[in-house]
Amino acid sequence: MRRRIGIDVGGTNTDAVLLEEDAVVATVKTPTTPDVTTGITRALAGLVERAPAAREAQAVMIGTTHFTNAVVQRRDLGRVAAVRIGLPSGASLPPFVDWPEDLADLVRAEVVMLEGGHEFDGRPLVPFDARGMRAAARRIRETGIRSVAVAAVFSPLNATCEEEAAAILRDACPDVAVTCSHRLGRIGLLERENAALLNACLIELARKTTRAFTEALRGSGIAAPLYLTQNDGTVMLAEVAETYPVYSFASGPTNSMRGAAFLSKRDEALVIDVGGTTTDIGSLRHGFPREANSVVEIGGVRTLFRMPDLLSLGLGGGTLVRREPALTIGPASVGYRLTEQALVFGGDVLTVTDVAVAAGLIDLGDRSRVASLPGALVDAALTHIRAMIEEGVDRMKTDAGEAPLIAVGGGSFLVPPRLAGVSEVLNVPHQAVANAVGAAIAQVSGEVDQIFQDLTRDEAIARARQAAEDKAVAAGADRATINVVEVEDLPLAYLPGNSLRTRVRVVGEIARQP
Amino acid sequence: MRPVTAEEIESLAIGAWILGTGGGGSPYLALLNMRQLYKQGVVCRLMDASELADDDLVAVVSNMGAPLVGQERLTDPKTMALAVTMMEEYLGRKFRALMSLEIGGGNSIQPFMGAAMLDLPVIDGDCMGRAFPEAQMTSFAIHDLRMYPLTLADVRDNAVVVARAASWKWMERISRKACVEVGSIASTCKAPRTGKEIKECAILGSTTKAIGIGRAVQAARRAHRDPIDAVLDVTGGIKIFGGKIHDIARRTTEGFLRGTATIEGLDQFRGHAFKLAFQNEFAVGWLDGDPRVMTPDLICVLDTVAGDAIGTETLRYGQRVTVIALPAPPILLTPKGIEHVGPRAFGYDLDFRSVFA
Repeated sequence: MRRRIGIDVGGTNTDAVLLEEDAVVATVKTPTTPDVTTGITRALAGLVERAPAAREAQAVMIGTTHFTNAVVQRRDLGRVAAVRIGLPSGASLPPFVDWPEDLADLVRAEVVMLEGGHEFDGRPLVPFDARGMRAAARRIRETGIRSVAVAAVFSPLNATCEEEAAAILRDACPDVAVTCSHRLGRIGLLERENAALLNACLIELARKTTRAFTEALRGSGIAAPLYLTQNDGTVMLAEVAETYPVYSFASGPTNSMRGAAFLSKRDEALVIDVGGTTTDIGSLRHGFPREANSVVEIGGVRTLFRMPDLLSLGLGGGTLVRREPALTIGPASVGYRLTEQALVFGGDVLTVTDVAVAAGLIDLGDRSRVASLPGALVDAALTHIRAMIEEGVDRMKTDAGEAPLIAVGGGSFLVPPRLAGVSEVLNVPHQAVANAVGAAIAQVSGEVDQIFQDLTRDEAIARARQAAEDKAVAAGADRATINVVEVEDLPLAYLPGNSLRTRVRVVGEIARQP
Repeated sequence: MRPVTAEEIESLAIGAWILGTGGGGSPYLALLNMRQLYKQGVVCRLMDASELADDDLVAVVSNMGAPLVGQERLTDPKTMALAVTMMEEYLGRKFRALMSLEIGGGNSIQPFMGAAMLDLPVIDGDCMGRAFPEAQMTSFAIHDLRMYPLTLADVRDNAVVVARAASWKWMERISRKACVEVGSIASTCKAPRTGKEIKECAILGSTTKAIGIGRAVQAARRAHRDPIDAVLDVTGGIKIFGGKIHDIARRTTEGFLRGTATIEGLDQFRGHAFKLAFQNEFAVGWLDGDPRVMTPDLICVLDTVAGDAIGTETLRYGQRVTVIALPAPPILLTPKGIEHVGPRAFGYDLDFRSVFA
C-alpha cells in the first residue's frame, strides 16, 4: 500500500492529510504556530490518532511559506557575498543594484565582480578569472562569510564559470554554502542573480527549518523520508531542498491547485481558491499550474522564477462590504478576525460572509443578525462578486472556449454554480485541505530553458527534453515514469541562424528509495 | 540648455516605452544605469537644437542587438561613450552634443548614459519620433543625408568603423554582421550630423514629449485617474480599440519578430474584432477586417488598467489592452516619408491614410 502524508503550513492553519494510494483517508486542520514545528507536530499527532497507519507512510511532503515570509518580513536572513562573473560587461550594474535599500543593507556582506561568462551561442565572453576567484575565496574565508551567491553571464546556456567558481570556493572555504544562479533561474542576469542572492541569504534558515521538520517527523514516530514542495508543484528531498529555499516561495497556491486537480480528477481546468482575504485564480495544464512568464517581485526584489501564474483578487470570506457612497467590495478584509468582527459572529462589520449567510449560500454564526439586510443590497453584492469572479476567470483562460472551474478553499461557497465562460463549477470533497492534498501527491521535475540554433523546432524540443529528463532523474525521479508537462518556444528577433528559445519541463514519480 | 532631474529620467522611461509602439526594447536596464549615475552626482543637460551652431557636430547614438542578449550582457555607459569617442578620433573633431536615434524604448536613454560619461548635453529630439525596425526608417534617410561613417563598440575593446556604405541597406547589413560577431549586442554611433542638419532634419522636441507622456501617466496613477486618458490628453491621440487579446502568432524572419495579434472587443467595442500586425513594432491595425490605423501613425498597445505599454514580445492571451494612435511627426507623413515608413515599407499593399486626417 502506498501511503503519503501531505502537510501545508499556511499563515493561519497547518493542514495535514494521509493518502492511501489515491484515497484521502484522514485530514487534520490545526492553527499554525510561531515556531512552525509545534504546529506540524500537532498536525501529525492528530493524523496518527485518526489513522494509525500514518506511521507507515513512505513519504512526507511539506509545503511552507516560511521562507517567503522571512524575506518579506526581513527576519532570519544571512549575510551573503555576491560573486558576479561577466566583466567587462555589466560593470555599471553590480549585484543588489535594484534591491530595496533596507534589504540590501541586511544581506550584502561583500560584492566581487570578475571577468568571465559566455555569449548567447556558448562562446566565452572573456576567459574566466580563476585567479581573482581564488583571491576572493580567501577573503571570504577570512571575513567569516557563511554563504555565497555566484552568477555568471549566460550561465543557463553554459554553466562552466559558475561551476569552476563553486569548486574554488569549496576548496578554499569548505564550510561556506554556495548558490549557483544557473540552478535557479532563466535567462535574465539581474533577476537570476537576485534569485541566487535570496537563496543564499535563506540557506542557513532553510537548513535549520528542514532539520526541525525532520525532528518533528521523527518525534511523531514516522520514519519516512521528508520532501519539501516547490513552486512548480513538485518535490525535492529535504536534504536537497534545504539548499534551494527559494524554490518553495509560492508552493502554497501551487499545492492548492495541484490538490484541486487531483480531487476533481481534471487535468485541464481553471482553479479558484477562495480564502479569508484573497482569491487566487490559476490555470491547470496537464494537472500543473501554468507558470508566470514575467518578472515576479518578492519582498521588493525582481526575480524570474518558476512561479504559478496567479491572479489575486481582493475577495475572501472576510472582505469588507461598504454601502456608502456606493456599494464596494474589498479589497480590505477583517482577515482572521472574521469570527469576532463579522455581523453573524456578533461583530459590527458587514463582510462578504454576512452577505453569503443572508443569501442562504452557507449557514454560519447567527443568521438572525443579518435578517434585516435589504434584499436589494444582498443581490447587488452577489452580482458584484459574480462579476469579479467572472472577469478574473476570463483573464486566466488560455483560449476563448468554455473551461471547467474547480472551487477550493474555505470561502468556495462564494463561487456561483454557473458562470459566464465556465462549462461547469466543480465542488470537490476535502476542498478545504486541497493544499495538503496537493503536497501529498507531488512528483519530481526537471526543466531546461535554452537557446538553440540551426535546428528545426522538433529537434530543439527533443534536445531540451533529453536535458530536462536528465535533470529530473538527478533530482530523484524514476525515469520510466517521466512525462513532458510543458513545452514553450519563442523565436528570437535579431539573433542569427533561426534561433529558438525553448523551454521544456518534465515530471516523474519519486524513484523508490534504495 | 537645462538640467534634467532624476524624476524626469523616470518619466522619460515610461513615456519612451509607450512611444516604442511595441518595440524599441524595455528601458529598464538603461533606467537603472541612470539611477546609478544620478546617485553618483551626475546631472544631465537637455539642449534645444536651436542652441546649436550650424557647424557643430552631434553624435546620434543607439544600442544595437537582440533584447534577450541585453538581459545578460547588461548595457553600460562606458561602451556607449566609447562608440562616441571612437567617432571623434576617426573624424578628428569633437562633438557638441549627443542625440538619440529613436525615442521609442531603451534607446531614448542611451544618449544620456553616454553624455553622463562625456559631460556633453543631449539634444531634445531624435530621428524617428517613435521606434522603427530598420536603419533607413529615419528622418535623416528621408532627407537623403549620408549614412556613413558608423562606429560600433563592444565592451571588450573591439571596435569597428564602417567608413562607407553604398546605401542604408548596406549599412544595416554590414553593421549587423559586426554586431552579431561581438555577441549580438553593441553600442553604435551613427553618421555624425551637423547642427544645421539637426535643426532641419531631426524630429525635434521628442525627448520633452516622452518625458511629458511619462509624467502624465505618473500623475494619473497617483490621482487614481485613467492613465490612458492622460496619455491621449497630452498627445492629442485617439483611442482606437479596447478589448482582450484573443490570439497571438509570432515568427522570426530575416531577424525580425513578425506576427499578428487579434483583440476581441469589450465595453464600447463589444461585438467587434481588431487585428494588429507587427514587425518588431506595431505596423497595421484592422477593425473588423478594414484597415483602421497604419504606420507611420503611432500604434501603441497599453494595459487597460495600469496604462503600461505592452511590447510585441510580451503580448499574451487574455491581456486587457487598449489600442491608441498617436500622431506621427510631420516629416514621416510626406510622400517621401511614406515611402520609407508607410505600410508598403512593411509589405502591406495599402495606401496610407492617417487616423488623424
